Amino acid sequence: MPIDARRARRLPNPLPALVLGLFLVFFVLPVGWLVLAATKTDDQLVHGDPLSFGSWHALAGNWTALTSFQDNAIFRWLGNSALYSFVALAITLCVAIPAGYALAMTEFRGRRTLLVATLVVMLMPNATLVVPLFLEVNAVRLIGSMWSVVLPYSFYPFGVYLTYIYFGTAVPRDLIAAAQLDGCSSFGVFRHVALPLATPIVALVGFFSFVANWTNYFLPYVLLPESDQFPVQVGLGTLLNSVPQFNPTAGTAAVHRPELALATLLAITPVLVVFLFSQRFLVAGMLAGATKE
Amino acid sequence: MTTAPRPAGTPSRRRGFWPGRAGHLFVAAYVVLLIAFGVIPTGYAVYFAFTDAGDTFAGFSNFAEAATDFRYYGAVGHVALYLVCWLVSLVVFVVGLALLLHRLTWSGAGKAVRFLYYIPGALAGAASVLVWLFMLDPSVSPVSALLRVAGFGTFGQVVAPGHLPVLFTIIAFWTGAGGWIVVVYGALNNISPELLEAARIDGAGAWQTAWRIQIPLLRKWIVYMVILAFAGGTQLFVEPQLLSQASVGVAGRDYSLNQLSYDFAFQNDNVNTAAAISVELLVVGLVVAGVFVARSGFFDAD
Repeated sequence: MPIDARRARRLPNPLPALVLGLFLVFFVLPVGWLVLAATKTDDQLVHGDPLSFGSWHALAGNWTALTSFQDNAIFRWLGNSALYSFVALAITLCVAIPAGYALAMTEFRGRRTLLVATLVVMLMPNATLVVPLFLEVNAVRLIGSMWSVVLPYSFYPFGVYLTYIYFGTAVPRDLIAAAQLDGCSSFGVFRHVALPLATPIVALVGFFSFVANWTNYFLPYVLLPESDQFPVQVGLGTLLNSVPQFNPTAGTAAVHRPELALATLLAITPVLVVFLFSQRFLVAGMLAGATKE
Repeated sequence: MTTAPRPAGTPSRRRGFWPGRAGHLFVAAYVVLLIAFGVIPTGYAVYFAFTDAGDTFAGFSNFAEAATDFRYYGAVGHVALYLVCWLVSLVVFVVGLALLLHRLTWSGAGKAVRFLYYIPGALAGAASVLVWLFMLDPSVSPVSALLRVAGFGTFGQVVAPGHLPVLFTIIAFWTGAGGWIVVVYGALNNISPELLEAARIDGAGAWQTAWRIQIPLLRKWIVYMVILAFAGGTQLFVEPQLLSQASVGVAGRDYSLNQLSYDFAFQNDNVNTAAAISVELLVVGLVVAGVFVARSGFFDAD
């Protein structure tokens, strides 16, 4: 690796670069291998060189086989994931940003209680509430509706906490006070002064909540009974069940391992794309949060 | 909502600019969600945990039923062992790697490495488990030679029950560590360079600087990471669930407490015992978080 070599020359001690490089292999190799696996036939996967590229032909074959599984199920699942994640993300932002702003910048009765409640809920292992959540959602007859997962996804106390920290540390109070003295209404100050300054935290909260929603497995696994409604994570479980090597009772609708690799690749691509585009803002948001000491 | 502008010159309060309704309006939607998806499910869990199928008060009998289930102590032990492996590796490697990254003098490389380390973070959930199923299956793994050297010739040997805490740790570390490295690296950047320079002039080497200055200043972030990783670790579900599918039962459908709770609720139709397990996990999570928060003063900001 040329990058490593250059780094090593600049450092008095090559050990740090070596260790970082080794971990780089650990973090990146599985994804790279996934890409290669998706381009092979199952036979090539087992007998060929693991680190070689298969063929475009095999990739096309895997694509056809994957998309014909349960009549395009993979696209339905990806579409469901996108729908659930983005609707929840939109609600999260509309709810969490004003809430964090108010907790940091305004005084109201119950503010302190709300702050403590947010911290407590943020530290609660949420998956343990999945079974009670099922009972609740069942009681209001929402089981099987997309809202049964979208609404719980929208509740994102960590986002409120991040916003609270951000407004408490990164936005000068004087600026808000000045706008207020100029006669701006409380909503006006939020809309015209605070919100334009909030881009980094909006990006950060949006990204974290998107990833959390997109990768959630337990909640939709329990709350969405129909295969048609699965997000892609739960769909991957269905595909896994249809791989004969992993499940000897898979039956006729068999899925081969390269097709599973291709499906996994499709499932992770949206998050990588979102990450790539928002990376610049994310660093700004994280650093703003990190200055709180 | 508009409030009358305060006459110029009125001293603003220490904190608030708009006493009264504006703050309530801003938090109203959040409070509704907090009640619906924080308070009510917790209340439901507690209610079901202490009642029986006929809605009458049952004391601790649901907890007793869970505890006497033949799978219970196995599941507790599995989760505990996994948590030890997971937390130790997270703290040691995340802090170590962040410190190493911080020493890289060429910032372009540091940026690239942080980005690449983060990539698996996008693969949480089922996707990460599938990736590692492939990595751990000697018949298709790119590191099958390593697996064979270690004495594993078949997938069944790799996923033997005794190996699971380590395997789940690898999966969780692979998906979770990158994000934490970015956070800890950010915190390291906030340590004033003069402080590090002073230490260097006083003759501190890299180890001493890390051990005596940087790590103590990272304490809050490490505590925060441990709390969230602990909470996340107790939720173990998707990894054993998918692995049990793929290994045709080697991992078992009752490996973790969450799987056990799920089984009670949806296989045995016994939501009360399922709720008792949920309540136990919540109490343990909150107690541990509380101890850490109290001892580190992480949330003293307010």
